Amino acid sequence: MATAAVATRRPGPGDRARRWASGFRERDTWWAYAFLVPWAFGFVVFTAGAMVWGAIISFTNYSVVAPSHSVGLANYRQIASDPYALLSLKNSFEMTAIYVPFEMGLALLFASMLARVTRFDGFFRTVYYLPVMTPTVAIGGMYLLMFNGPYGLVDQFLGYLHIPEPYWLTDPNWIKPGIAAMLVWQVGGNTVLYLAAIKNVPQQLYEAASIDGASAWRRFKDVTLPMISPTLFFTFVILTVYGLQVFDQIYTAFYNPSNAKISSDTSLMYVIYLFQQAFDYLHMGFASAMAWLLFGIIMVITAFQILVSKRFVYYEGEQR
Amino acid sequence: MTSVASEGRAGAPTPEIPPVALGPDESRWRRRLPLLKQLPFIVLLAAFSVLFIYPFLWLVSASLKTRGTVFDNKLIPHPFAHDVFHNYAVIWSAAPFLRWFANSMYITLLAAVLVTFASALTAFAFAYFRFPLRNFLFGCVLATMMLPTVVTMIPVYLIWHHVGLSSSQIPLWAPNLFGSAFYIFLQRQFFMGIPRTYFEAARMDGDNYFTMFWRIAVPIARPALIVTFLFEFKAKWNDLMTPLIYLHGYHQYTIPLGLYDLLGVYSPSAGGSGDYEWLMAAFVLATLPLLIIFAFGQRYFVRGITLQGYKG
Repeated sequence: MATAAVATRRPGPGDRARRWASGFRERDTWWAYAFLVPWAFGFVVFTAGAMVWGAIISFTNYSVVAPSHSVGLANYRQIASDPYALLSLKNSFEMTAIYVPFEMGLALLFASMLARVTRFDGFFRTVYYLPVMTPTVAIGGMYLLMFNGPYGLVDQFLGYLHIPEPYWLTDPNWIKPGIAAMLVWQVGGNTVLYLAAIKNVPQQLYEAASIDGASAWRRFKDVTLPMISPTLFFTFVILTVYGLQVFDQIYTAFYNPSNAKISSDTSLMYVIYLFQQAFDYLHMGFASAMAWLLFGIIMVITAFQILVSKRFVYYEGEQR
Repeated sequence: MTSVASEGRAGAPTPEIPPVALGPDESRWRRRLPLLKQLPFIVLLAAFSVLFIYPFLWLVSASLKTRGTVFDNKLIPHPFAHDVFHNYAVIWSAAPFLRWFANSMYITLLAAVLVTFASALTAFAFAYFRFPLRNFLFGCVLATMMLPTVVTMIPVYLIWHHVGLSSSQIPLWAPNLFGSAFYIFLQRQFFMGIPRTYFEAARMDGDNYFTMFWRIAVPIARPALIVTFLFEFKAKWNDLMTPLIYLHGYHQYTIPLGLYDLLGVYSPSAGGSGDYEWLMAAFVLATLPLLIIFAFGQRYFVRGITLQGYKG
């Protein structure tokens, strides 16, 4: 503020640095830092510090109970040769590949229908959102009972329709679609998100399209989809990350003393294997390496998604 | 374009405090579609809603049945359990259910309150003050948002292990003392919408920055704080992974861990006698608090979800 009056010569980098440093003499600055103390402590200890420590551990054979020493890249090499680690990674990818399009498609379908309804819309929104409010453990437990082939509710219903009833909990071909279906039951969250995005599309665009004689399908394809593509893209990234990391429901349904006998390796997700390695077998070093590998994979996928999205996502020029 | 919205809220006198936009504006969509045109969609939506509501009905129905009929998949229990709520009565005494409930409640409430105010403090600092390193530090907040939890899961456990608290309930709520990235981001948006003149006026009145934050910023940002509280309540009430890591005593358990445990105990293949009707009652009881929270805070959930779309 006051410095503007004295600026007779062009400010160089030294001046800017000095001005920047003079910020530390302001009382306000210290007030701001005081406000930030709790967060900064948490960030340094539980995020940045934890990440560094995790990275270090991933190069050791740390196990909490015994003394540890460095093992170099052995943990990472072991992932490559551990059949279960590779299998679980493949399982996670396959399940996510089923789940994400399924979830996005249904959310889009429900949202576009909800957008055309002005009666009972509050009721529908509540009903569709209810599963999101159900405890994940209850979902896993109910899944176990309702998808219990061939006696569960789902198979009984399929039986009425004379559709062959799959053994959702034991048949390797049906375990992943079943898990994806269980996750998609909570589609309400994304439905609400897409609905908000659709409602945010300027009405004039539809009117203009109608005047040009665009059919309902064309209006959806050429107006709605491009206009909500940022939201679609955002959820695409988030859901992929979620699918690769989902734990609670699957662990409840498949990794419980009660079904240890029936569960096959098809339900072994990467995060579940990581968790078992870390806390059941105390292979903390190996599990940390798995965690960092997942982090790397997620970053690569996200970067790839961002790259590809440049072609498909339309950002409205002056959004806020 | 958004300024048109405020006129849409007709009737109410212009409030002293301008409404801070939370989520998109619905008013421009609010034109009536003819009922006949809506009807096919209403019918379809009603048909699909069975998928979402029937499992609840099935669950409640199963929780009222006797052992032999739990899995008959009939909607109306026939016969009912001895007295209708027999299974509910049993579950209270069969497991330390009340204890788990109390544990969950205290951890969840404490965690939600702490994260709300810790995030508010941080968010306000980023929204109001200009200070060196601000952008860098806020970049750190955003980066945290994208970080997978498993990356910090093990070292955070080891931190608690080294301070001797790794088998207590403290690790379940204590990290919330430091705020959480997503909520900080969400609340910062909100705080930035408050006109600076309010704060200047408060400063004139002799407020220091903290009392200004507490008296002016927090009350105005209440909707954002409620969204934070509700989201965190839901997340903590449901969390299974963290309790699995930290809680080992039966009496320390939270509801999700307790349910997970019962699922194993009651299953015939693990030596139980298949008391699934009790388990169903336990599931219903575990879901109730969330449904109650949802009934009161539905619009905040919708707003919060909507805001997620803008964080990218």
